[in-house]
Amino acid sequence: MATIYVDNKPYVVNEGRNLLQVCLSLGFNLPYFCWHPALGSVGACRQCAVKQFKDEKDKRGKIVMACMTPAAEGVRIAVDDEEARQFRETVIEWLMANHPHDCPVCDEGGECHLQDMTVMTGHNYRKYRFPKRTYQNQYLGPFINHEMNRCIQCYRCVRFYQDYAGGQDLGVFAAHDRVYFGRHKDGVLENEFSGNLVELCPTGVFTDKTLKGHYTRAWDLQTAPSVCVHCGVGCNTTPGERYGLLRRIHNRFNHDVNGYFLCDRGRYGYEFVNGERRVRTPLLKRDGALGPVTRAEALTEIGKVLSGPAVLLGIGSPRASIESNFALRELVGPDRFYDGVSARERQLLSAMLSTLRAPGVHSPSLREVGEADAVFVLGENLAEVAPMIALQVRQAVYRSTVPMGERLGIPAWHDSAIREAIQGRHGPLYLATVTGDKLADVATRSWCAAPDDLARLGFAVAHCIDPTAPSVSDLSEELPGLAKEIAGALRSAQRPLIVSGPSCGSLAVVQAAANVAISLSAAGAQHAALCYDAPECNSFGPALLDGHGLDEALQAAKSGSVYAAIVLENDLYRRADRAAVDAFLEGAEQVVVIDHTVHDTTKRADVVLPAATFAEGDGTLVNNEGRAQRFVQVFKAQGDVQESWRWLGELSRTAPSNGAWQNLDHICTRIAETAPALGEIARVAPAATARFLAQRIPRQAHRYSGRTAIGAHVNVHEPALPEDPDSPMAFSMEGFPSTCSSALTSAYWAPGWNSVQALNKFQAEVGGPLRVGNAGVRLWEVAEGHDHKYFEVIPPAFQSREKEHLAVPLHHIFGSEELSVLSPSVAERAPASYVAVNFRDAEALQITDGENVQLVLDGIPYRLPVRILPDLPSGVVGLPSGLPEMSWVKLPGWGKIVKEVPA
Amino acid sequence: MSERPLTANIRSNAPPLTVAEYEEAGGYQALRKALTTLAPAEVTKLIKEANLRGRGGAGFPTGVKWGFVPMGADAPRPKYLVVNADEMEPGTFKDRLLLEGDPHLMVESMILSAYAIEAEIAYIFLRGEYVLAGKRVGQAIDEARARGYLGRNILGTGYSLQIYMHMSAGRYICGEETALLNSLEGKRAIPRAKPPFPQTSGLFGKPTIVNNVETLCNVPHIVNRGVEWFKKLSRTKNGGTKLYGVSGKVKKPGVWELPMGTTAREILEEHAGGMRDGLQLRGIIPGGASTEFLFEEHLDLMMDFDTVQQAGSRLGTGTMIVLDDRTCPVGMVHNLTKFFAHESCGWCTPCREGLPWLERILKALEDGKGATGDLEEIRTHVKFLGPGLTYCPLAPGAMAPLGSALNRWRDDFEKHIRERRCPWR
Ligand SMILES: Cc1cc2nc3c(=O)[nH]c(=O)nc-3n(C[C@H](O)[C@H](O)[C@H](O)COP(=O)(O)O)c2cc1C
Ligand code: SF4
Ligand code: SF4
Ligand code: SF4
Ligand code: FES
Repeated sequence: MATIYVDNKPYVVNEGRNLLQVCLSLGFNLPYFCWHPALGSVGACRQCAVKQFKDEKDKRGKIVMACMTPAAEGVRIAVDDEEARQFRETVIEWLMANHPHDCPVCDEGGECHLQDMTVMTGHNYRKYRFPKRTYQNQYLGPFINHEMNRCIQCYRCVRFYQDYAGGQDLGVFAAHDRVYFGRHKDGVLENEFSGNLVELCPTGVFTDKTLKGHYTRAWDLQTAPSVCVHCGVGCNTTPGERYGLLRRIHNRFNHDVNGYFLCDRGRYGYEFVNGERRVRTPLLKRDGALGPVTRAEALTEIGKVLSGPAVLLGIGSPRASIESNFALRELVGPDRFYDGVSARERQLLSAMLSTLRAPGVHSPSLREVGEADAVFVLGENLAEVAPMIALQVRQAVYRSTVPMGERLGIPAWHDSAIREAIQGRHGPLYLATVTGDKLADVATRSWCAAPDDLARLGFAVAHCIDPTAPSVSDLSEELPGLAKEIAGALRSAQRPLIVSGPSCGSLAVVQAAANVAISLSAAGAQHAALCYDAPECNSFGPALLDGHGLDEALQAAKSGSVYAAIVLENDLYRRADRAAVDAFLEGAEQVVVIDHTVHDTTKRADVVLPAATFAEGDGTLVNNEGRAQRFVQVFKAQGDVQESWRWLGELSRTAPSNGAWQNLDHICTRIAETAPALGEIARVAPAATARFLAQRIPRQAHRYSGRTAIGAHVNVHEPALPEDPDSPMAFSMEGFPSTCSSALTSAYWAPGWNSVQALNKFQAEVGGPLRVGNAGVRLWEVAEGHDHKYFEVIPPAFQSREKEHLAVPLHHIFGSEELSVLSPSVAERAPASYVAVNFRDAEALQITDGENVQLVLDGIPYRLPVRILPDLPSGVVGLPSGLPEMSWVKLPGWGKIVKEVPA
Repeated sequence: MSERPLTANIRSNAPPLTVAEYEEAGGYQALRKALTTLAPAEVTKLIKEANLRGRGGAGFPTGVKWGFVPMGADAPRPKYLVVNADEMEPGTFKDRLLLEGDPHLMVESMILSAYAIEAEIAYIFLRGEYVLAGKRVGQAIDEARARGYLGRNILGTGYSLQIYMHMSAGRYICGEETALLNSLEGKRAIPRAKPPFPQTSGLFGKPTIVNNVETLCNVPHIVNRGVEWFKKLSRTKNGGTKLYGVSGKVKKPGVWELPMGTTAREILEEHAGGMRDGLQLRGIIPGGASTEFLFEEHLDLMMDFDTVQQAGSRLGTGTMIVLDDRTCPVGMVHNLTKFFAHESCGWCTPCREGLPWLERILKALEDGKGATGDLEEIRTHVKFLGPGLTYCPLAPGAMAPLGSALNRWRDDFEKHIRERRCPWR
């Protein structure tokens, strides 16, 4: 700790920080632009000027930049100094000289850091009387608008895009007062984190293009704390709604999870909520066609079957909340509750889950991923399957070099100097994946191989670390050396990290990663961690409820028994073979599907109940780390749309039931009683009855406008506010704008701070955890004990086949996930289907890039264009996973490529 | 005539000395002497004792700078010596004379200086337009390598050095030493924050010394002739000779090697031949464009680092620009400001936005479109583009002539506004 003096008052502050950090942490309103808590200092904007004095006697002092000056013991500064204040005002005046002052038509208006800082410095009269400069804007793709005239040259965008996110195609061009931030020419911004520019840019240069499509001012958005539903990482989000339309997704800061950022899938995938494929009313099949009915009709229809002789099978879903899955389990009974994922995925998930919960294995938070000092990625193309993990791995390899700079006396926050000193060197990162990876530019070594060979490398690494781990016989030439190198890097690290997951569909890969983690723990590594990514937002949820395998349920069709099925938020055609699903659905007495979106399974249902999306309901999701996180209803959907668990509760009441619940707290209590693995679920967020100064927490900003005006052409009465039985939040601007619980805070605001940077005011130290703690509850911690049980089954080396190829799934951030691809902007970025082949195999098959071939898998031919992927191993072909136009295929699997002969 | 070691070998209108001629004139003796009889630290010690001060503009003691470089077996490697031959300062053309006139002196100086800091690699960063200098220095490097002065195991002493020449793509800011390093690394030419100083984290993050051409050219002579000799070359406490230059409406503009501390009057009248007929001197900018105006009353000051500083300006590059009474001072500072605004790298706000604003105000004054408040605006800018407030010294340098002109010739500025025209047009 160090004592510093600000405006002649002593303050004890954390050492190793700069003056801007400590002043903001102490609550001073010091304006800034180029500094950002996640990006560090570069001293470009000169906005954060304060006066520094040599000692008590020094009355003259000199102006310094707070963000570039260490908060060392005894430092004396004045924030409230006339000259420094004037300088800060002048800096704003310079920045505003060329600024278009188009706030009324600027999408950033009302949440603009430049507006805030301008007001903060007191600059209000324009003296510059010459022409303003203008620029040409660029087309940057479906996600982002570009309005360069508003740029204040803070350099944040390029620093984030290039240095932080590893992007290549956004840069700064030209010089002097013509510097330009954009692409070398119009075109889609390629980096999968580009959407963060919207929040990082302190003014309206980069704004959300999807928001523009249905624009509303930030202060008119109704928001609630939420969780991203587009992969298993569980980034915290702030969805914003107005007039029944979800308008955008913003980041919601969680120091333990996603920090300040989101990936573009998470930010732009939301439009499925507004989509044309939404189920808005109960549907009933009559004469072979589904048509809208009243909820009473629908429930009666289901009730007939519930009380009938049919065995009721409940098929859960990894994209439905814990509560909904649990409600289904309660309705059908644990014996007839199925987890709703393919047999292979189920096997992988349960192996992952049991490893993560075994003694000695630490499942790191996303923040901890970014703090690792050696990383081994096995099997996962992270940027495609769990993008934010990729972003954190990138930070890890950067951060682990920062001590090199610190040894030269450069403080860690001095971003430009650290980068100049370390010169793009990075900490150990080993990538072993089926095909080339986007982290390759910062990898120590990258290696591409078939899944079995990846697993063998993992097993060999484990054996190098701990000789009692099973050894791998006859490794091919390069492998022993590589395994040894990786083992060495992991062994000599303080915080080694293994990242793996289910995405190449290989149990051996998942087990090999487990062995590496176990071997490190056996070898005495104190802080080793194993991070498995999970494919969906609640992949671990149904597994923690001990659901049975979907394949078992599908067997019912063959058993001859009389059964009915309730399918929860699940398109079974994405999970299993089409013929098997057809048979299952056709064989059922009745098929009830509860979902928010029409898909192939709803089309074959007898009754469809309209489910709430994450934005219209409450629930809890368990992410890949094992963290349970609550999403709170953002707005009341029209009509009969409600949470699946509510529908299931109603069904329970019509059936001879297991006890029903009226609200979320009831069901959470019941979960805690019956599912020991989820005992903590009630702690995830305060109960609905909680009040803050006897008030609820408003979902709307105090400036929210138009509550009474919007319906005025019909009726001048203010409509009754909807009730919220499930959370302490109100659908109102009235109440206590609480930040008492981060699980219940979605929007941060403080006087003078209307942009996302108001967050500073709610952190104990800027950039650090929220004062009230980070949202979410970890369901398990590393158990004590040394029960090192290695997986023993090591697959033989991959053998390519003469006439066949091993088809493996290739994932795409845009396209592979079911819901986000329903957003038009994401769909625009999704690839068309293809089959990927490497050069040598293409040559052998005499096929070329773009040409159509037939890939025959399980006897079914798929006609696909060829895409040459140089990094794919020989004998392996890649198929894009989950694209809307591709039906389910069991992957990996052997298939045959047949060249098309022109007729 | 007094001794002029830096330019002794330079013959006007004749090609520079070949390596053989240079050796014959005593060249590469200093190198041989140092490499065979002096430890690197002893060379640095000599430079420190001679109190050689940087000729690139700031006048920082060269030996002290070298002393910050980590030495010995544990030092980070490779270390770099970089010669700043960017010379884009307006009115400055002294390094060009040395580079074109005696390239082997440059090369020998580089090897010796690199030896002093145990650098493995040296760069010469050359202004893009200095094509002839590039040709000649390039040739000298080749010749020196062929003679065993460069490359592996120089003169059998075990010391090795590679020299690379880099032609700048042509931005004034590339002369600022840290922007120069970024440029050499292939990055945007924007300055770096100090600390960390290049001596600890410089080119490619390694210990690096950047020195001006003229500064380094003194090193072989100090090694050869000794500290006392060097100090005595000067008329003041700041030792050595200095390349002084004059541009503007004088009879014989040029550059001359004279004892450090020669007075401005001597330089102007004896060497530059005085003002052109019919013109009166109104002021001089003593050291390139980035220094404050000096006036008639300063002409008898000895032009060395300390004296000029005491008079409220800086010696800078020692190459003065002369303002006469037929040239509009507002027009002159407008011209300079236009240059600086154009050469701003665009990194920090005051310089990037402030200089173009100033340039427009000055142009408005010149065009008869000045407004009340303009001079206050200039004042505010001069104050807030001052040292420490911008990211690098370019903007404060730009304020030096402007601020001092406004102080001295406020009437002339006001007249532009009052009469709505430039009185000189
Ligand atoms: C804008 C700017 C331009 C400069 N241009 C040059 C230059 O062209 N040549 C030079 O030697 N020094 C130049 N300098 C000074 C260098 O930054 C540095 O101080 C000098 O090269 C150090 O050498 P010295 O110690 O030998 O003088 C410039 C400085 C600034 C701020
Ligand atoms: S575009 Fe935005 S983030 Fe980038 S430099 Fe301009 S103001 Fe800063
Ligand atoms: S990484 Fe996953 S959870 Fe996070 S924003 Fe992206 S899709 Fe959503
Ligand atoms: S003062 Fe600022 S903008 Fe100007 S050249 Fe230096 S760093 Fe660049
Ligand atoms: S925030 Fe300190 S200089 Fe930009």
